[in-house]
Amino acid sequence: MIQIIDLCKSFNGQLVLDHVNLVLPKGKITVVIGKSGVGKSVLLKHIAGLLKPDAGRVLVEGRDINHLRGRELYDYKLRLAVLFQGGALFDSLTVFENIAFPLREKTRLPESEIAHRVRQRLEEMNLPPEVEYKFPDELSGGMKKRVAFARAMVQEPEIILFDEPVTGLDPPMASSVFHLIIKTHQDHGYTALVVSHDIPEVFQVADFVAMMHRGRIIAYGTPPEIQAHPDPLVQAFLHGEPDFLEA
Amino acid sequence: MSRGNIELLVGLFVLIGLASLTYLALHLGELELFSHGYRVYAVFDNISGLKTGAPVEVAGVEVGKVEAVEMTQDFRAKLTLKLDTKVVLKEDTIASIRTKGIIGDKFVKLTPGFSDKVIPPGGTIRETESVLELEELISKYVHGKV
Amino acid sequence: MVALLRRLGCWALGLVREAGGMMLFLLEGLALAFVPPFRFRRLLQEMYLIGVRSVLIILLTAAFTGMILALQGFYTLKQYGSEGALGSAVALSLIREMGPVLTALMVSARAGSAVTAEIGIMRITEQLDALDTMAVSPMQYVVMPKLLAGLITVPLLTAIFDVMGIIGGYIVGVILLGLSSGIYFSEMVRSVVPLDINGGIVKSLVFGLTIILVACYKGYYTEHGAEGVSRATNQTVVLSAVLILAWDYLLTSFFM
Repeated sequence: MIQIIDLCKSFNGQLVLDHVNLVLPKGKITVVIGKSGVGKSVLLKHIAGLLKPDAGRVLVEGRDINHLRGRELYDYKLRLAVLFQGGALFDSLTVFENIAFPLREKTRLPESEIAHRVRQRLEEMNLPPEVEYKFPDELSGGMKKRVAFARAMVQEPEIILFDEPVTGLDPPMASSVFHLIIKTHQDHGYTALVVSHDIPEVFQVADFVAMMHRGRIIAYGTPPEIQAHPDPLVQAFLHGEPDFLEA
Repeated sequence: MSRGNIELLVGLFVLIGLASLTYLALHLGELELFSHGYRVYAVFDNISGLKTGAPVEVAGVEVGKVEAVEMTQDFRAKLTLKLDTKVVLKEDTIASIRTKGIIGDKFVKLTPGFSDKVIPPGGTIRETESVLELEELISKYVHGKV
Repeated sequence: MVALLRRLGCWALGLVREAGGMMLFLLEGLALAFVPPFRFRRLLQEMYLIGVRSVLIILLTAAFTGMILALQGFYTLKQYGSEGALGSAVALSLIREMGPVLTALMVSARAGSAVTAEIGIMRITEQLDALDTMAVSPMQYVVMPKLLAGLITVPLLTAIFDVMGIIGGYIVGVILLGLSSGIYFSEMVRSVVPLDINGGIVKSLVFGLTIILVACYKGYYTEHGAEGVSRATNQTVVLSAVLILAWDYLLTSFFM
């Protein structure tokens, strides 16, 4: 279980996270929705340990990750995988090398076992075997996302953080990525945080939904609860009325 | 670019680089890994800008270098000459400072003597002849002393 | 007036902060070279990118520099009837100044800007963050091998530059202008002392580290997307050129 307690962060005097409180239950998918630029990705980066909060805590099984040092921090990172917005694949490595990277860096598996696991993940992501020789810049956006997903899955993480997993993808590709999330979650049962503004599609993967607005969590509940939420801001967002949210 | 090729090219590059460095250091810099030769000293009234590293010649053949230039307590110039072991100097050898060409570099010229005694390593050349200053020559000529 | 002073103060503080930031960045990068894993393969890759890929441009620049030095030197020395000193003029200019400085400038233009662009793109596309979340230190995986490669390859490139420049001087002085080959080389050997060589090597070590440090630092702290990358690349080239020349003056006055 991951608990986020009173998390605050500002950049250049602008408050991006304003006392955020959120719980990510173990083995469940929690979706954070909200307009672009309300601090969803910043929240995700705090859980990944990439940003340090100005105030507040991120507790993983009761331990503040900002107090983890050396070996403990390393172990936490081993349990965690992040699927970045653009995929964050390494340009200089092929698809195969990208997926094999965490295994080569963090395990002492023989090359044959690494190759086996990489191909297994490619298959799981419905990627054709010949992509393994390609470089990231030869791939379409949807393929990059799936390769990055394969790289996240190959680490066999307990926690996966998805940063805008379907942004910029066409609707069929977006729904195929959501199906991959559902399928891998059923198979592996990881704890997940999905940050997205693609509604209502993202509700199909969600166990719980939180809505962020101006650095705060303004609504939390199961997908049906959120859809029936009385707050006009939530309704405006669900029905795609951005002008109302600006006011 | 395959991995083997990168290794090969980097290896080649390092070899060429080291070869260049070695050439510069050993050939041009004459970095003396194995110091050979011996030292003698010579005191002059005036060396007039002779520099460390200037050649020492016998009959026009380079036999050593000026290793150090110092001043003595009585305001004369003391040179440390480093000479080839092959060169054996007699006690009455004359050391003089000459110039190559009109404005050329200064060098130390040794004129061998005929004494039976030799100058041992660490010894001193007694007979020295200072620089022939062009200005002095001209003034002597002008004042009719030549 | 007060506003001007305040701006000046802010600028000076920014400068000190940046210098301090770079120093800490350098120390961290170099310290990580002694922490396992040692990333030998990454070092080889970077030596290839920074060193091997610069050889051609270094050879070309060096040959022309040597030829120009010989041509200029020949006509100047001829006025005093001491063309014989051409070899020493060419070699000393190359070893003391032209070799280290021009090599550093060429490497910074060729590899320094590329390093900034590469790291900057890794920053804005979150590849550095991805390394971090995989428990791989981006400083150690990306920056450290580049710093070491700069430290190793730039002195080697400088030595190659010096030798090629001497060959260029030989082509003009001996083959085209008819100086005797023996005089060219013996004058050279006579005038170059170990201090010149050492000074040249120290300069090239400092320059190599400076170029790659500036390039990595600017790339690592890139912000604001693609425009930020182009700005960082630009700053790298300008800043490293200025630093090379400033260092050159300091080191020259220290050594000579």
